[in-house]
Amino acid sequence: MKTNELTLTNTLKLLSEKKISLTDLYGDTFAAIKNLNPTLNIYLSTDTDAEKKARSVQNLPLMGIPVAVKDNFCTKDLPTTASSRVLDGYLSPYESTVTTRLHAAGGVVIGKTNMDAWAHGSSTETSDYGATKNPNNPGFLPGGSSGGSAAAIAANCATIALGSETAGSIRQPSAWCGVVGLKPTYGRVSRYGVIAMGSSLDSPGPIGKTVEDAALLFEHIAGHDPHDATSSPKSVSKFRDAVHRSIKGMKIGVCYGDHPKLKGTPASKAVESAAKLFESLGAKVEFIPLSSELKPHTILTPDFAIAVYTVVQRGEVSSNLARYDGIRYGSDRSKFGAEAKRRIMLGTFTLSKGYSDKYYVKAQQVRSLYIQNFKDLFSDFDILLSPTSPGYALPIGASANSPMFGELEDMLLESSSISGLPGINVPSFYDSKTHLYLGMNIVADYWKEETMIAAAAAFERETPFNRWGKQTV
Amino acid sequence: MGETNRMSNTTFEPVIGMEIHVELATKSKMFCGCKNDPFGADKPNIYTCPVCLGLPGALPVANKLAIEWTVLLGQALNCTISRFSKFDRKNYFYPDLAKGYQISQYDMPLCTNGFVHLPEGDVRITRVHLEEDTGKLLHTTIDGKQVTLVDFNRSGVPLVEIVTEPDIHSSDHAKAFVKALHQIVRYTGISHADLEKGSMRLEPNISVRKMGETSLPNYKVEVKNINSFKFVKKAIDFEVNRHIELLKTGKTPVQETRGYVEDRGVTLSQRSKEDAKDYRYFPEPDIPPIRLSEQLITEIKTHLPEMPSSVIEKFTKTYGLSAESSKLLVETPERKNHFEACVEALHKSAVTITPTDLANYCINKKIPETTDPQTVIAALVEAKCASDIPPELITASVAKVLAGQPKAVSDYRSGKTGVLMFLVGLVKRDLAGKGDAGVIQKTITDHITHTNG
Repeated sequence: MKTNELTLTNTLKLLSEKKISLTDLYGDTFAAIKNLNPTLNIYLSTDTDAEKKARSVQNLPLMGIPVAVKDNFCTKDLPTTASSRVLDGYLSPYESTVTTRLHAAGGVVIGKTNMDAWAHGSSTETSDYGATKNPNNPGFLPGGSSGGSAAAIAANCATIALGSETAGSIRQPSAWCGVVGLKPTYGRVSRYGVIAMGSSLDSPGPIGKTVEDAALLFEHIAGHDPHDATSSPKSVSKFRDAVHRSIKGMKIGVCYGDHPKLKGTPASKAVESAAKLFESLGAKVEFIPLSSELKPHTILTPDFAIAVYTVVQRGEVSSNLARYDGIRYGSDRSKFGAEAKRRIMLGTFTLSKGYSDKYYVKAQQVRSLYIQNFKDLFSDFDILLSPTSPGYALPIGASANSPMFGELEDMLLESSSISGLPGINVPSFYDSKTHLYLGMNIVADYWKEETMIAAAAAFERETPFNRWGKQTV
Repeated sequence: MGETNRMSNTTFEPVIGMEIHVELATKSKMFCGCKNDPFGADKPNIYTCPVCLGLPGALPVANKLAIEWTVLLGQALNCTISRFSKFDRKNYFYPDLAKGYQISQYDMPLCTNGFVHLPEGDVRITRVHLEEDTGKLLHTTIDGKQVTLVDFNRSGVPLVEIVTEPDIHSSDHAKAFVKALHQIVRYTGISHADLEKGSMRLEPNISVRKMGETSLPNYKVEVKNINSFKFVKKAIDFEVNRHIELLKTGKTPVQETRGYVEDRGVTLSQRSKEDAKDYRYFPEPDIPPIRLSEQLITEIKTHLPEMPSSVIEKFTKTYGLSAESSKLLVETPERKNHFEACVEALHKSAVTITPTDLANYCINKKIPETTDPQTVIAALVEAKCASDIPPELITASVAKVLAGQPKAVSDYRSGKTGVLMFLVGLVKRDLAGKGDAGVIQKTITDHITHTNG
């Protein structure tokens, strides 16, 4: 086995046992990049000094392992463009908190990964530098917006990766690429130095080969940051230890299976099988019916969440992109792509005088209903299950002429995202004909990431869908 | 009110509200750790960081002290302090605005419903809120090219905005209000409130209605670029007259923003209502709402210094000073503190000098606030001893000196009053340095007037 195919956990084990070297690891990883990047378009930039940097941090916990980082994290050594021509060649004079913590723990940024421009999308097709292709089947999309980071893991072009999610941008590409993506509770991981999309929603998080890998990186990047006023002072636990926690007696709610768009679909069936599996492991599973109003033991339909999310996020986007005014970053506003323009216009409209009550204020009111609904549900349940995405990866080109592409793709993630809840994607089915994956989304209560990590790890152990899940060294 | 509109104020009445911006003198900026000293910076863009430059990914963290100082000002202005408040984004484009929006407060300001008590009439304070200042543009020529440069040293400096109700009805009233407000701000110690440098900015909102009407006029004109109390009055007078002339012909003045041009004493239109901006306010998602405990609000109030009005009352009641002297002595907090220190030094010394004597001495001699109180008392004692010589001695000396200076006396008579100080000097010398110069001077002039030349 090549060293780039190892999980993070096994890489660290073999490095510390001196059974592999950083030379092996960097040689194999960069060979894979050289081999695959021309066709898959995963990385926008790579660091040729990465191996040297790795040697200087090999005594730290992450021992110099190669990390793929989404191109919206500000880094001093590599350009940061958020896949937009507006920031073509932009070199940030400062480093994001997350990548600073990554360095401090011994991780090395080997390259910046492609994404939907400004993180606007769920396909990477809105990238100004061309779409990334799904490593499992290059005729298909990797999902997005953290499509490059998810593809880097699927293609073994990095040991672990960083992504960011506003609503679905970690979990949906992880589902389509068959990897594990963890969206933390809003405020758990600092947003400082991550180019803002929807500021009240943005959550940076890890994308890895296994649940344990993701939990381990999560441990190193989480925690209070004095530079981010919305980051929580809550203490950070050893998330990795939760991997071995028993799920006996865990109360699990199964959601959205009765939604017209999901009923009887493979994605839904995969979740039903998962529910049965959890039951056999000693969990208490209950089906939660959909509702269009707040009622005990029901879950609000995701249909309204699409509207809420769209209005809130577009409003914040229109304001967040105002600083790229053509004066300071070298490129003027004509460099904005069609999707960014659409979002700026829609957001500007919904915040305008006379309309903000109708749209933005109303959306925030409905948002609080979702929060209430989840609070009620989490008084009865430990985790909630649903498909991550309504289906398999879609073919290249699918997002074109579909301005609401992402919102429909992420419809099952939006209600928990607008509520600030954490969630994790685990591969829940593999289609051997197309080589494509389905993903399951596990959502936990605020700050209870450990609960969802425990459930996700248990599922990973008991099922064959994670291709690295049984890796032994 | 100015000369000209006094003639017409039998039929018209100005209705004026004020918006005042005050830069706080905190050590660091509003949302980052950069030094807050735009006037002290010897180069542009030296007190900057990713946050106040609005770089991609940077996030604001609110300055706690700036929030506390705003609350303190609110308390000095008798406001209700909000237990729950928040920041909002005010979206607009300008090259000096790094993020494309200003972090301000929209519908939940830190302080509301206050007032400033004035003999000319109370002025109600609508709100006091906290926001950030912008950078500064410099239009210049480099290598023959006209360019605009941006300096972000001021970007993100904490800025407090005070808004009044339209309770002001004359330019004198407005001037009295802004002076009183300036004094209050200086007393709280939260700002240098330097009008010339722009750390305090005054913007009157002016309209005029028929005398006797009670509803607000259906227009108002905002005037910017005013950097002195004098110009507030002048700008208002100019506007009020302009509005009256228009109203007399049956027209309504255009709702707009005008700028005051100080060398011409006029206001010029800058922006009309048609281009009025829609700021698309929404809650700042990067900063959680502000919750102030009753305990903290009470604690902040203990830092509220005595305000000028109550110091005046203390001076007149406790020290027996005249209202006029008291008003002069409380003009600035430095002057007030100095006088109080002098009174304390006076009480500690055994001399029999009254606070009134001390007050007169400090006021008449324009004693600098930096003078050591002990020195002030010692000098006052000496001056008092010096002047404590019998008036007959002074009169005799004056007569003797004048008799020996016929030319100087005739010069004075012919209008060359400059010789007076020369004569005072001679008398002082004759009295071996004793005698109060003022008394000597008066004796000389009396002598010259009462004797024929």
